[in-house]
Amino acid sequence: MDSTRSHSSVTQEKENDIREDIAWAQINRDVLASIERPRATYWALFALAFSMFVVGVACEIYQYNTGMGVSGMNNPNVWGLYIATFIFWIGMSHSGTLLSAILHIIHADWRKPIYRFAEAMTTFSLMTAGLFVAVHLGRLWEIYYALPYPSERWTWPNFQSPLLWDAMAIFTYLSSSILFLYVGAIPDFAICRDNATGWRKGFYDTLALGWMGTDRQWRNFRVAYMTIACFLIPLAVSVHSIVASDFAMSQQPGWHITSFPPYFVAGALYSGCAAIITLFIVLRHTFRFEEYMTLPILDKTARLTFAIAMVWTYLNLIEYASVWYGSDEVAKQTLLQRATGPYAVYWWAMNFLGSVVPFTLVFKKLRANLTAMMIVSLLLNLGMWLERWMIVTPTFGHGYYPWTWDHTFFPSWVQWGIVFGSFGWFGMLFMLFCKLVPSVSMYEVKEMVFHRKLAKLHVREA
Amino acid sequence: MIAKRILGLFDDFDRASAALRELREASLPGLDWNDVTIKSPIEHPDVEGVLGVRSIPVRNYTLIGALLGGSLGFLGIATAQGNFFSQLKGGKPIIPLPPDFVLTYEMLILGGVYITVLGFLICAGLPARMKSELYNVKVSEDQVGVMVKSNVHAIAEVRRIFERHDVLSVQEEVAT
Repeated sequence: MDSTRSHSSVTQEKENDIREDIAWAQINRDVLASIERPRATYWALFALAFSMFVVGVACEIYQYNTGMGVSGMNNPNVWGLYIATFIFWIGMSHSGTLLSAILHIIHADWRKPIYRFAEAMTTFSLMTAGLFVAVHLGRLWEIYYALPYPSERWTWPNFQSPLLWDAMAIFTYLSSSILFLYVGAIPDFAICRDNATGWRKGFYDTLALGWMGTDRQWRNFRVAYMTIACFLIPLAVSVHSIVASDFAMSQQPGWHITSFPPYFVAGALYSGCAAIITLFIVLRHTFRFEEYMTLPILDKTARLTFAIAMVWTYLNLIEYASVWYGSDEVAKQTLLQRATGPYAVYWWAMNFLGSVVPFTLVFKKLRANLTAMMIVSLLLNLGMWLERWMIVTPTFGHGYYPWTWDHTFFPSWVQWGIVFGSFGWFGMLFMLFCKLVPSVSMYEVKEMVFHRKLAKLHVREA
Repeated sequence: MIAKRILGLFDDFDRASAALRELREASLPGLDWNDVTIKSPIEHPDVEGVLGVRSIPVRNYTLIGALLGGSLGFLGIATAQGNFFSQLKGGKPIIPLPPDFVLTYEMLILGGVYITVLGFLICAGLPARMKSELYNVKVSEDQVGVMVKSNVHAIAEVRRIFERHDVLSVQEEVAT
């Protein structure tokens, strides 16, 4: 009987999202140590990200000095990898909203140790996406032409264009995400302030705004945080719906589909979730977060990713069906062109990576294997990036008029270099953030431990 | 009479709420219940409940922010469209409602979020000067503080109540 009890308690222990006997002071110590003494991997990753960023900057300087011709873009291929990658980064930004806002509202407390870095991903993904708009415009020195202010040029934004909605939505999303991230981190900045020395003391003192954890502060904090979360969910949906409208409201074959907005939103959540898994594994190792970023939490994230992958697969098939059974013959030809033309390898890879690879997440053993999960999450995101590319390029290369048929187009090395550099830029910002801001929310982990312990006590008493 | 502040640190929420309950039942002369504050590492609505109902006005800011954001956003866009006739409309309305609705929606959220954050800062009394009142770094770690501001006689009784509930440490200062 004893052995049965001990076995069941071990099983239960294994399935706990977090150890409930971690002392609160220990949580502070562990997380604070992460920002002061990360593993050497941190510096290696930072150096890698910086090198990638330098490649991107070099390519952009070359394009800036030489002209957009070096990107390989032409007429009809006016949107290349820049716009495809722009959509990819906007999609990645949905990770924070999903983990922070949606799971916060439904009181899924397992999100608590991992939501902070997901929120940071949102902010930095949007900052990366914004760069692509500027890079895509080409003539950076004339970017003020696009700004809405009265001038003798009589240029004025067209409020009916989804492109302007994009600008407005992304600005709203970026600024709201930064505020959400900051407000949610104030109690942790106070912890950092109380424990820091040197320049960090002044830095955290400023960020903590004099937070003292009074009941008045907590009450208003709770309501404000929940309210911003409620605003963020429809905002995130609207952002990606509007990005989808850039396509769906145009007259290009294969884009004028009603299901594009939900398809884009599902794709965004999907890539965001896969990226969370990747960074979860990276942070767990780099900052010694084994106690907080536990395997049961990874398991839940993986299951969530699988569910979203299936939603995406369904909507992807709906998109094909809409084109196939629609009366737009050219759109149908574009679809066939994707499946059999020069982009067939990428298109089939996208379908395989996006719809078949997630089935590996069905296996529990695999969900508990960090190396396997790392590979799967990277493959899923590769699939999602290919999805964006396969939306943009094949359509431009096979439009309604024969003069638009350019099936040989392939992005130049400059475009690839800038796309490569964007991952470096994101990685660099993210790693810098993790060194300055606790990437595990200390007060929320304390809450999680406290409430779970309390719930267990109630069960025992009952 | 000289007013003082006292901050007692407790090991957990149970002891802190027991001390608060006794403090409340004691009805000490000169002690205004609004001058009793809890300082804790996490939020704890049950213990805060002992303090009684206290307002959370941040919601009002949210409502005002969202309404202002939406209405001013629409007015701003409509005014811009109404005054810029050189843009060709091709027979379509000068102020088209469906696209303007999309932008109004974004401005509603923008106004709601910005003013909520502003309201939070105002209602939570942030930014605050750390030196203005008693604080202990243990509050951000694992201890629960109960702070009371009152006259000297009441503070002496508060200290005794704290001690009856195993207070870990007590700090006092003259309130300015």
